[in-house]
Amino acid sequence: MNLRVTDLACARGPAQILAGVSFAVAPGQALILRGPNGAGKTTLLRTLAGLTPPLAGTIEAEPDAIAYAAHADGLKSALTVEENLAFWAAVFGTRDPAPAIEAFHLGPLLQRRAGEMSAGQKRRLSLARLLVTGRPVWCLDEPTVSLDTENVARFAAAVTAHLKGGGSAVIATHIDLGLPAAETLDITRFVSKRLRADDPFAEAMA
Amino acid sequence: MIGLLRRDLTLAIRAGGGFGLSLAFFLIFTTLVPFGVGPETGILSEIAPGVLWLGALLACLLSLDRIFQLDWEDGTLDLMATSPVPLEGLAAMKALAHWITTGLPLVAAAPVLGLLLNLPGPAYPWLVASLALGTPALSAIGTFGAALTVGIKRGGLLLSLLVLPLYVPTLIFGALCVSRATTGQDPLTPLLLVAGITAGSLALLPFAAAAALRVNLR
Repeated sequence: MNLRVTDLACARGPAQILAGVSFAVAPGQALILRGPNGAGKTTLLRTLAGLTPPLAGTIEAEPDAIAYAAHADGLKSALTVEENLAFWAAVFGTRDPAPAIEAFHLGPLLQRRAGEMSAGQKRRLSLARLLVTGRPVWCLDEPTVSLDTENVARFAAAVTAHLKGGGSAVIATHIDLGLPAAETLDITRFVSKRLRADDPFAEAMA
Repeated sequence: MIGLLRRDLTLAIRAGGGFGLSLAFFLIFTTLVPFGVGPETGILSEIAPGVLWLGALLACLLSLDRIFQLDWEDGTLDLMATSPVPLEGLAAMKALAHWITTGLPLVAAAPVLGLLLNLPGPAYPWLVASLALGTPALSAIGTFGAALTVGIKRGGLLLSLLVLPLYVPTLIFGALCVSRATTGQDPLTPLLLVAGITAGSLALLPFAAAAALRVNLR
């Protein structure tokens, strides 16, 4: 089992957002998180990545297993594509960036500075970073934003290859990636009841 | 961690932020002092140690808010926090990169500016030594302050308010070391105290900075 979450409660700032989240992700399996904007997908992923401590419950995973990709690309605009990838390769212990460059077709862009690229190209570079980390569990937050259909297919292929290699993924997305072993988890049902009761708008509307 | 240091130095050179700004400020500040105080060499050489140390300290302060802010804004800090590099190591490397791009040029420029302020001859080695030993503390304390205020919009003012009181001991003993050297007193004791402050900050503050970052990233 790559990742098992039991009865997790997550908070963003002082507010409890989700409660009672339980799921397990096996090697080779992908979990698609669904839910309307503001439901808590990002909060759940940040908790899984270890950025926010959980309020309650447990997250069981191998140490250093999770690779996190956020909304923000985390790229340095003054560095070239090659330098950006080389930096993350150095941070995660020198891995060969060639497969990452290949998977997202970054070869022609290698000497381009990240600041001079389009939003979609930046996204591809940001996703290529995942392959450089070499970690088994990918936690991805809206990974296909600003990608065109061709590159969504490239991304889906990269995830499929990752799953085939025994990895797993938790992906918050609104589009259908067509992944082979994907389960869908609608997080709306975990939205914390306490939050709903405290919501001034809910009171006003009642 | 070496990759991190190399990246920060590359960014500082390419973006032109760190190297130029602080050094130019130090230069402008010290050259303007004779215009404000008057050209009497006696007064100038008397205030030179304090002015040089104060200039270096303010120049250091100028680039502090960039230490973590840029990484925070583009999401790199979140990704670094989930990487195998511990945040303590990140904070230490950030402080080192800040010192190399800010403190080191100041140390190198200080003797030339000492000439402008008519600093007495025997004080030069002590000026360089006190700045070389003292500016790492300024970078380490500043990194801690930057970690505390990361994520706050326009946090620069708060950062200055937090950091300036912590800079005071370094300033006092650093300037005292140089001014004692100008009057022929023993400058070694204040220099050792500066070195002690630096050793203490380098040992403790990366941990404090990492703890502050963890809280701010939640």
